[in-house]
Amino acid sequence: MRYAMAMDTAKCVGCSDCVVACQTENNVPIGFCRDWIVENVEGTYPQLEMEIRSERCNHCENTPCVRTCPTGASHVIEGGIVKVTHDECIGCGACIQACPYDARYFHPDGYVDKCTFCDHRVAEGLDTACVSVCPTHSLTFGDLDDPQSPISVLLRERKWKTLVPEAGTQPQVYFLI
Amino acid sequence: MVKSRRDFIKISALGATGVAVGSKYLFADNSMLKKNESKGPFRLPSDFKRTPTYCEVCFWKCAGWVYKDEKGDVQKIIGNSDDPNSNGRFCPRGTGGVGMYHDEDRLKTPLIRVTDDYGNQTYREASWDEALDVVARGLQKVIDEHGAECIALFTHGSGGKYFGNLIKALGSHNIAAPSYAQCRGPREVGFIATFGEGLSSPEPTDIKNTDCLVLIGSHIGENMHNGQVQEMSQAIDRGATIITVDPRYSTAASKSKYWLPIKPATDLALLLAWMNVIIEEELYDKEYVKKYTYGFDQLKEHVKGKTPEWAYGITTIPPNVIRETAREMGKASPAVIIHPGRHVTWYGDDTQRLRAVAILNALLGSWGRKGGFYKPDKAKLPSYPHPPYPEVERSWKDAMGGKYDLADLALANGVCDATIPSVTRDCSIKAWIVNGTNLIETLPDSRKTLEAIKNLEFIVVVDTMPMEITGYADVVLPECTYLERYDTIRASQHREPTIALRMPAVEPKYNTKSAWWIAKHLADKMGKSEYFPFDSLEEELDWQLKKIGSSLEEMQRIGVKKLKRPYNDLYFADGEDIEFFTNTGKIELYSTTLESYGFDPMPKYTAHPEPPEGFYRLIYGRAPMHTFTRTINNPNLSDLMDTNVVWINPKVAKTWGLDNGQEIYLKNQDGVISEFPIKVRVTERIRWDSVYMVHGFGHYKKGLSRAYGKGASDSRLITNVMMDPIMGGTGMRGNFVTFLTSKPEIKEVKS
Amino acid sequence: MKEELFVSGRNIPNIDPVLHVWHWHIPLYLFLGGLAAGLIFFATYFYVSGKTDKYPTAVKIAPVIAPFAIAIGLIALILDLKHTPYFWRLFTAFRLESPMSWGAWTLGVIMPLSIVWPLIYIKDMIKYFQFGSPRITAILKWIDNLLENVSILKWAMDLARKYQMAIAWALFFMSIILGVYTGILLSAFNARPLWNTSILGPLFLVSGLSTGAAAVMWMSRHHFEQKQFSRFDLMLVGIEIFLIIHMFMGFNASTQVQQQAAAMFLGGEFTAVFWGVFFTAGLVVPALLEIMELFGYKVPVFIPAFLILLGGLIFRFIMVDAGQITRYLY
Ligand SMILES: Nc1nc2c(c(=O)[nH]1)N[C@H]1C(S)=C(S)[C@@H](COP(=O)(O)OP(=O)(O)OC[C@H]3O[C@@H](n4cnc5c(=O)[nH]c(N)nc54)[C@H](O)[C@@H]3O)O[C@H]1N2
Ligand SMILES: Nc1nc2c(c(=O)[nH]1)N[C@H]1C(S)=C(S)[C@@H](COP(=O)(O)OP(=O)(O)OC[C@H]3O[C@@H](n4cnc5c(=O)[nH]c(N)nc54)[C@H](O)[C@@H]3O)O[C@H]1N2
Ligand code: SF4
Ligand code: SF4
Ligand code: SF4
Ligand code: SF4
Ligand code: SF4
Ligand SMILES: [Mo]
Repeated sequence: MRYAMAMDTAKCVGCSDCVVACQTENNVPIGFCRDWIVENVEGTYPQLEMEIRSERCNHCENTPCVRTCPTGASHVIEGGIVKVTHDECIGCGACIQACPYDARYFHPDGYVDKCTFCDHRVAEGLDTACVSVCPTHSLTFGDLDDPQSPISVLLRERKWKTLVPEAGTQPQVYFLI
Repeated sequence: MVKSRRDFIKISALGATGVAVGSKYLFADNSMLKKNESKGPFRLPSDFKRTPTYCEVCFWKCAGWVYKDEKGDVQKIIGNSDDPNSNGRFCPRGTGGVGMYHDEDRLKTPLIRVTDDYGNQTYREASWDEALDVVARGLQKVIDEHGAECIALFTHGSGGKYFGNLIKALGSHNIAAPSYAQCRGPREVGFIATFGEGLSSPEPTDIKNTDCLVLIGSHIGENMHNGQVQEMSQAIDRGATIITVDPRYSTAASKSKYWLPIKPATDLALLLAWMNVIIEEELYDKEYVKKYTYGFDQLKEHVKGKTPEWAYGITTIPPNVIRETAREMGKASPAVIIHPGRHVTWYGDDTQRLRAVAILNALLGSWGRKGGFYKPDKAKLPSYPHPPYPEVERSWKDAMGGKYDLADLALANGVCDATIPSVTRDCSIKAWIVNGTNLIETLPDSRKTLEAIKNLEFIVVVDTMPMEITGYADVVLPECTYLERYDTIRASQHREPTIALRMPAVEPKYNTKSAWWIAKHLADKMGKSEYFPFDSLEEELDWQLKKIGSSLEEMQRIGVKKLKRPYNDLYFADGEDIEFFTNTGKIELYSTTLESYGFDPMPKYTAHPEPPEGFYRLIYGRAPMHTFTRTINNPNLSDLMDTNVVWINPKVAKTWGLDNGQEIYLKNQDGVISEFPIKVRVTERIRWDSVYMVHGFGHYKKGLSRAYGKGASDSRLITNVMMDPIMGGTGMRGNFVTFLTSKPEIKEVKS
Repeated sequence: MKEELFVSGRNIPNIDPVLHVWHWHIPLYLFLGGLAAGLIFFATYFYVSGKTDKYPTAVKIAPVIAPFAIAIGLIALILDLKHTPYFWRLFTAFRLESPMSWGAWTLGVIMPLSIVWPLIYIKDMIKYFQFGSPRITAILKWIDNLLENVSILKWAMDLARKYQMAIAWALFFMSIILGVYTGILLSAFNARPLWNTSILGPLFLVSGLSTGAAAVMWMSRHHFEQKQFSRFDLMLVGIEIFLIIHMFMGFNASTQVQQQAAAMFLGGEFTAVFWGVFFTAGLVVPALLEIMELFGYKVPVFIPAFLILLGGLIFRFIMVDAGQITRYLY
């Protein structure tokens, strides 16, 4: 099992539904987020290009955030999902420094929080909250070890990129272009 | 400044005492009125883990489910997968609808305007019984002195039906919504003139099956009308060609094969040039045009000289691009949609522009065709029995001097005009009921709206939030949010007819009531009980649902019910004979109706004023995470976007020495200055002759703790209204602004 | 024009628009850790090499600062934790790959021994402080009294003296680990381009030793010892300058993000404080003063010592702050 997400930049309109849905699903306090939207514009009027991305923790294969954690609160579970156990976390911030994507934040209660790939939903066979609401179906979640899964098919058929591959983290969120 | 009777009152002025006193009234009230009216066989919100609703954050009305947490509090809302409007997926605003319920700035109890010992006007908290007494007396006095026709209702949203029933029972038909003359009115009139019917909502655009989608200023993706956004995404997957005409590089433009960065206010020239190419190059659907349309030859003659070269000079779109895009449409015909847009009140010639859109669709044969426009169907719900409404002798239309006869719905701005006394009329409107519309920010030229309000004898505002309009009310009635109430059954049109139920997920917070409850109790107090024959809305809905073979119990369980489409007539059958509801029975490329009213039977391009030196055209639009002014204070949604910014082209920014993020004030051609500063966004995404901002921001009510003072209000800067001579729509894009880098002396535009 | 913006979601305090997760605690902790490492290094080195008499301050007196530095450092570290009630979790796991874990454990282990060491020299200390504050002398005498009279303490101190050589070796190695650790804590974070350099480890180690040397130099009352330490310090500062120049050359020969990281110091927002305050006032000026001293000019010793210590502290503040600003671009 290797869970991953594909994010289709050709369809995403940057509406941020995935951001609100994550907040209401996962009780992410107002003012914080586990996923967010980035807009890149290049060119000069009227020759322009724009890419909109919905970003979150990349559930990297090679996890600097887990390595730097002094307590083991940050860990990897079945399927490669990177998680934080709240009451093992001392809030030292090492994992935040270690993540090249700034995917983690301090929850106001002190522990570090981040995208969990909605493992509580995935365990029930559901899509993650953000995937399940996206009105443009720009997000696809699934198992890369299953060659028949929609995400495997997408990654075979479409061109994609990952973010900051040079950081060597082997991200598992793929951006279709 | 002289204090007028109708001083704007900051509801927050009640401040600290509000909370304490509020709870007192809450209890007092409960003992006075029956606490829980749902009795008998009906189940209560607490019986459910998830309850059905349809969304009230915008008027697409997606149906969904409200989920509660362990404490029984509203946790999240998600789409109902049986619902064609949402297909199980809400837009961000719908998902963030939870914030409407949780917003601690909500109106919490009825308020009555009083004058204190020092002569200052303020609000006093009141019980429902007392507040409704004041409203009943206020309205009755107007009826007694001026006649019931001197009452008007402004409404936007679901409670409208009940207040409409009340005001009609009282004897007035002045019911206006801002979703007509400030929104889609010209489109409806333009399409009715062409096809004999309008588009209504949700628009029957068959986007998911289209091969070519042409968006003219319609910024789907930022305009988050759910079904359209979803279908546009499907069209992208299918590889459909998208052509976007917008002076701004919109989100849709970034997904388009062609982006035509048009000079604002010149779309009609482009549309005529497209017709020219499509006719000259014989790209149109010949059979369709021959069989169904009227006036092709006149049209051909009319667009003869309207070549791409001609349009280039006007629109700045190169001739080859106009030709290429016309050919793309021709290639896709009839699976092509020249999207009619929705908020189309731009430059005053909007009905004609939308006529051009309709004609183009007719030429390409997309009306009634797969991948074009399908024929919608909708459930017909019986209305409950009540005595006939009294006849009315006068209406707001009397103030229009015979103009705008082609308007098929009331003009909100017209009602406003009819409220300002004039020597030519013996009576003006004297009382307003305002339900769910923030007129101050919604109608252009707030100065005129305020002038009208000053002339009122009585105004009652029903709202959920202490929005601008509530500050001018004599009585403010707090409605509970859509998550806390029943409402009318949603029976909106779609590919297949459906009905959807909204039921309370939780008991109303604070001392708030539903529109139905308010309207019914007012009717009771004004001796019109017979128009509200049921004791509870549950009973009424159950009665209605049983008539169509469902029941409240069933709908509580399933939320959305799909009904059968009686005929298989989603698209025209091949060679089908069709009678259109026009004078000629044909699709009128040449409009006999417009001609008979003295208007151009075929659309003409007229040049509109251009910004003077140092000024830029103010254009505005939607942000995907907000709806007008109503969501700006929503805790969840303001978290996504808490202010608007003014988009300025880098070249312009450079001449003015403006930096990204710098705060400036905007001043329009009439010297009106934004009351709050707005941050500059230097971006290539906007032309150099225009600036852009998202509508809905710049709230001046302090009671809106998150929204107050954030960004600028476009409404305030729209003082030049370009009236549509055909249907009275308020063209709002003929305004020009310039930049002030330091805080100017604030001009008082309020009260 | 290239525009990159967050449409929504990112406005998290201390993370957006730039990371500022570590405030004053971590740089202070790193400074004190480096200082303690330097002090203990010199003390144990001269002890095991049998030069206690030549360097009495370094071996017997100056190490008294170490336990205080370590304790304050630890307190700063714990204050920095956002989930403070769970701080003990640091000591229920040892994570080989986590520098934070290494740091916590090293400090935890070095702490008790660093207390024992100065206690062995309590009598020398009383002598050293006899002209100073009477209160300090009183406290020291009181402690000495306890050590003499409480049997268990007396027994423990006897044991410590018996195995002092073993303790010295243990402390010697731990001081090196501590010194290196303060350096690699930052360089372990590849995600922050400024820290992503192997030079940072030796640089922090050398800087820590030089602050230790400065402290000894300041405290010493023996001309020979003072002069020697001034020399050591000069040498360390020389190495430091070499490493710093090397670091920037490395950045500029590296990826775009590292060039941008370097740019913050070469014309960017940190230029003045780095070159003006840290480099000039905290390295070059004290080095020049030490050279003048060597050539026989009379320079009050506390001036270069103070500048070195202050420079070391500022250096850590700059590196922690600036490092958090640097990030990968995408
Ligand atoms: N300047 C400018 N003006 C515009 C537009 C524009 O783009 N720019 N757009 C135009 C268009 S297209 C339209 S459709 C109109 C929309 O105009 P409106 O519908 O007036 O828009 P809102 O600003 O959302 O105001 C809605 C009001 O309803 C209240 N409300 C929300 N929910 C409820 C409820 O459940 N019950 C009650 N009683 N009240 C509720 C809100 O608090 C708010 O005061 O505006 C038009 N006016
Ligand atoms: N998120 C969100 N979605 C909404 C709403 C909302 O409040 N929030 N409101 C809904 C409602 S009621 C309506 S009516 C619709 C309105 O949405 P639409 O009908 O799609 O949009 P408009 O407001 O007409 O147009 C805005 C666009 O027109 C462009 N524009 C400005 N001037 C010109 C011009 O001269 N020519 C051309 N070609 N383009 C121009 C602007 O740059 C902007 O991109 O949105 C609906 N959807
Ligand atoms: S919900 Fe979908 S379309 Fe909207 S921002 Fe997220 S990924 Fe993009
Ligand atoms: S994105 Fe960051 S937090 Fe997520 S696994 Fe990768 S390094 Fe760790
Ligand atoms: S903040 Fe928590 S999860 Fe992150 S490294 Fe420290 S202990 Fe581990
Ligand atoms: S997968 Fe779940 S936790 Fe992660 S961003 Fe999406 S909704 Fe949030
Ligand atoms: S489009 Fe969005 S805001 Fe409008 S009704 Fe649907 S979910 Fe609600
Ligand atoms: Mo609208």
